[in-house]
Amino acid sequence: MNSLGKSLCRFWHSSIGKKIVVALTGAMLILFLLGHVVGNLLVFAGREAMNDYAEFLLHMMHGTGIWVARIGLLVALVLHIVATVSLVRQNRAARDVDYSCKETVQASKSSRIMIWSGLTVLAFVIFHILHFTVRVDSGLANLHDPANPDRHDTFGMVVAGFQNPLVVLFYIVGISLLCSHLSHGIASVFQTLGWRSKKVAGPEKKLGWAIAILLWLGFLSIPVATMMGCLGDPPKIHAAVEEPAKAE
Amino acid sequence: MNLTLKVWRQESPNDKGNIETYEAKDIPAEASFLEMLDIVNEEIIVAGGDPIHFDHDCREGICGACSLTINGVPHSKENGITTCQVHMRKFRDGDTIWIEPFRARAFPIVKDLVTDRASFDRIIASGGYISVRTGSAVDANSLPVNFEDASESFNAAACIGCGACVAACKNASAMLFVGAKAAHLNLLPQGEPEKDKRVLGMVRQMDAEGFGNCTNQYECEAVCPKEISTDVIAKLNRDYATAATREAVE
Ligand code: HEM
Ligand code: FES
Repeated sequence: MNSLGKSLCRFWHSSIGKKIVVALTGAMLILFLLGHVVGNLLVFAGREAMNDYAEFLLHMMHGTGIWVARIGLLVALVLHIVATVSLVRQNRAARDVDYSCKETVQASKSSRIMIWSGLTVLAFVIFHILHFTVRVDSGLANLHDPANPDRHDTFGMVVAGFQNPLVVLFYIVGISLLCSHLSHGIASVFQTLGWRSKKVAGPEKKLGWAIAILLWLGFLSIPVATMMGCLGDPPKIHAAVEEPAKAE
Repeated sequence: MNLTLKVWRQESPNDKGNIETYEAKDIPAEASFLEMLDIVNEEIIVAGGDPIHFDHDCREGICGACSLTINGVPHSKENGITTCQVHMRKFRDGDTIWIEPFRARAFPIVKDLVTDRASFDRIIASGGYISVRTGSAVDANSLPVNFEDASESFNAAACIGCGACVAACKNASAMLFVGAKAAHLNLLPQGEPEKDKRVLGMVRQMDAEGFGNCTNQYECEAVCPKEISTDVIAKLNRDYATAATREAVE
């Protein structure tokens, strides 16, 4: 192995190196979430704005843009998970015999459930991608924009997708745990990357909470508004494509 | 005052160990915590038993020898003091007190509440020093140090190496100790030339000893008898990142 490879390997195998990977990948995912929430809020601007936005994403840089983003996010998520799972295992091993009388002085609840909030978010992300990106439900996959039947009706898909209270409940749980994760995670990024000292201590915690709360409100406003009927009636779901084929 | 003690007893490093209950009777409120244990031990000895073993030395809060996790908190819930400076007047008659060792895989138990903290010495031997020619001291004014660096370094140098940070950390991480020892030297012109070597060496030894990783929960800072701030951990992260990058480029 050349010396750069060896250095990278050593960095990955060191406690601080792996934590820096967690912080950098976490920060990438947060930047994505900030863009994602702003884009999603376009549902409140109506069907046309939302569907234009969806079309724009699909055709960014002649269709390569979205794949660059998807692969980048996937790599970041995988690295984040592999590194955190390995760190958590090392941390458990480092205290081989636990205290009989356990006490916590100042660690927040969110900071103590990071692995569980993270794993729930993972389950949520998988569900969410199957729901709205892969669209395993062919009813949602085959919606067409009434004004422009050549394109998919993303707006209608969101409204139809949030008709099921169980789905909405899972979104509420998933997003709430994501925000719990971030209430500790964002401030943590500053510490792990060494961007914190007495002179700036404090604000990064408030910033973390502020972003977490804004994301929570932004993301959950959509399923909740849909359930309350603010986005209108769901589109009629047409029978799946196979049916007319069978009838022939 | 009368107290019930729940004390960790462990015959030897390989013994499983368990919590034993003791009644501490007629303890004067002005006794220190360690004096309270001395009184209990006197009774155990008179009754022909094996006294409770615990670490201590100066009993002045300056050496870092005393340990003990008291009711789940290293050096007790009192802020900014070591166990030897805890006094019984802070407890109430009838209280039950849990007394356990500083728990970490890297601090193996020798007996009862006595732990082997030599892993800290090995970390210091991996970079927590400066290399200088001995001889007559250089003129103090020939090495200017700005006030801020001097006070930050001084605050870090207050670390007495007791290991409470490790004991309090949910992950038994030694980052506050290593951060303090590295910052103390890295901030000064005398320590600057060996900064990269120091940080890489100390962090690698810390990992090899089996300490956990920092999860930024700051339990260490809350129990540190010298109230060392987790700023030194942020600085260690920064210094490690730059040292590792320079090492990779070279
Ligand atoms: C959208 C998804 C996610 C985002 C935005 C995110 C963000 C973050 C951030 C910013 C941190 C703090 C980094 C640091 O310590 O400096 C973090 C830590 C962590 N994440 Fe995630 N994360 C996500 C998903 C996950 C998943 C799926 C897991 C599941 C294994 C996970 C597990 C953890 C753990 C265990 C930590 C370490 C906690 C600690 O050091 O206290 N995260 N995450
Ligand atoms: S015995 Fe020296 S610090 Fe407590």
